[in-house]
Amino acid sequence: MTAVVLNSVSMTFNPGTAREVNALDGIDLSIAEGEFVSLIGPSGCGKSTLLRLVANLVEPTAGTIIVNGTSAGQARRDHTYGMAFQQAGLFDWRNVRRNVELPLELAGWDRGRRRERAEEMLALVKLDDFADHMPWQLSGGMQQRVAIARALATHPPLLLMDEPFGALDEMTREHMQAELLRIREATGSTIVFVTHSIPEAVYLSDRVVVMSPRPGRITRIVDIALTGGRDDDTREDQAFFAGITEVRESLRAVEGYHSHGGVDDR
Amino acid sequence: MRVARLASAVLPPLVWGVAFVAAWEALVRGFDLKPYFLPAPSAIWSAFTDNVGLVRAAAFVSGGNALVGLLLGVALGVAASFALMRSNLLNELVSPLAIALNAIPIIVLVAVFQNMFTSTSEVPRRLMVMLIVFFIVLVNVAKGLRQVSPIHLELMRSYAATPRSVLVKTRIPNAVPYLFTAVKIAAPTAVITAFVSEYFGGRQNGLGYFIPSNFANSKNAVAWAYVIGACLLGLTFYLVSVLLENITSNRRGKAPGGATT
Repeated sequence: MTAVVLNSVSMTFNPGTAREVNALDGIDLSIAEGEFVSLIGPSGCGKSTLLRLVANLVEPTAGTIIVNGTSAGQARRDHTYGMAFQQAGLFDWRNVRRNVELPLELAGWDRGRRRERAEEMLALVKLDDFADHMPWQLSGGMQQRVAIARALATHPPLLLMDEPFGALDEMTREHMQAELLRIREATGSTIVFVTHSIPEAVYLSDRVVVMSPRPGRITRIVDIALTGGRDDDTREDQAFFAGITEVRESLRAVEGYHSHGGVDDR
Repeated sequence: MRVARLASAVLPPLVWGVAFVAAWEALVRGFDLKPYFLPAPSAIWSAFTDNVGLVRAAAFVSGGNALVGLLLGVALGVAASFALMRSNLLNELVSPLAIALNAIPIIVLVAVFQNMFTSTSEVPRRLMVMLIVFFIVLVNVAKGLRQVSPIHLELMRSYAATPRSVLVKTRIPNAVPYLFTAVKIAAPTAVITAFVSEYFGGRQNGLGYFIPSNFANSKNAVAWAYVIGACLLGLTFYLVSVLLENITSNRRGKAPGGATT
């Protein structure tokens, strides 16, 4: 079964008004189960919108979206995906454990199971010692790990991430990328990942989807041929640099890349 | 370490206060100022200790009025803020009104209330306090209920949360610090409103009555003794509300932003 299928999906905000924005136009994309796919492109190319469409946070103006074999809306109601944003978005009145428990509460789990699962997820992101801390007591990277634990709490087969490491410093960011791959290894989740960073996309992904703005379209899909497991050595691998070059050149071909400059080389 | 920090926080205002009182005393003695012009702190203090029972009784009356009005205003303000959150129309009607009321001395309404009730009633004063507290709480709590992080709302939608869950798990907890900030603003205002309301007439039993009446009778030192009572009462209300606010904000590591009156 494919995890996500988008079929001629278009998205227009404020249709018929002066503020009409054609965010996405004719998007066809199929993501296999267990695949790691990154969406990259300059600001305004609609990559975040695309992720929100898969999450059914917004409805498309045209086209169909199938998520985990059902409609996107049904997938949302069935809690078959988890989501993480650039800001961790933790609830500052809940401690770390109760933040991770939140999606389970809303899925109707009882207290004992919730607690057990929250402990399991916090162990997965290596924060088991911080379960009783309040969010503000954690660093940015730790908060983002809590957000990932929360997104994975219901063991969803699909994880949607919108620039989750965008607000972190470079060192923390590389550490978090390695952590994410380890978590993916452990859970087997399909991951759709929006990013501004070319090396990040190449390091993490099986495929990098390059998008262009106004209206948002897919211009190219780059297969990343990194052999074997990915570790710190991968960042010095020839195939890694080849991937970066290929994605960068695809982005350069994108109209408006230079003038908008929304993608960085970090 | 804690002692040092406490000392550095308490010492400067304490030294300043003692110096101020000493200068006041020296001024009155040095220039031989008459008691009807400005009584010396020593004279005020002896008037205070001589009349401490009377001052306490008057402070209890004013404090009672302030407290009852405060509690009623908070309860009504919280209730109304939910209505405001639910209805955009209501919000657009009431919010400008609540802000405009800040620019209007609505305290004069106490004269209207005095006219509605018997002259021995405490109701007009409490109504006045309630009204002023009501708007402070309404504006702030409604803000807390509405200004929820967009990420929290998107997360709740991704969990397919019901509107009730969004309210209970997101909006209400988000509004709690706003409530305590509103109480911190409203508590001293409640005391001031109670004083001023008493000054407008009605029963002759609160601090707001005794301060001007003693001045009118040239018993200036006694009037000042009541002023001390008023200061203590205002401080008590303020400290309790600050303490309440600290309990919530400490747990969250910060105070809520953008609270207004």
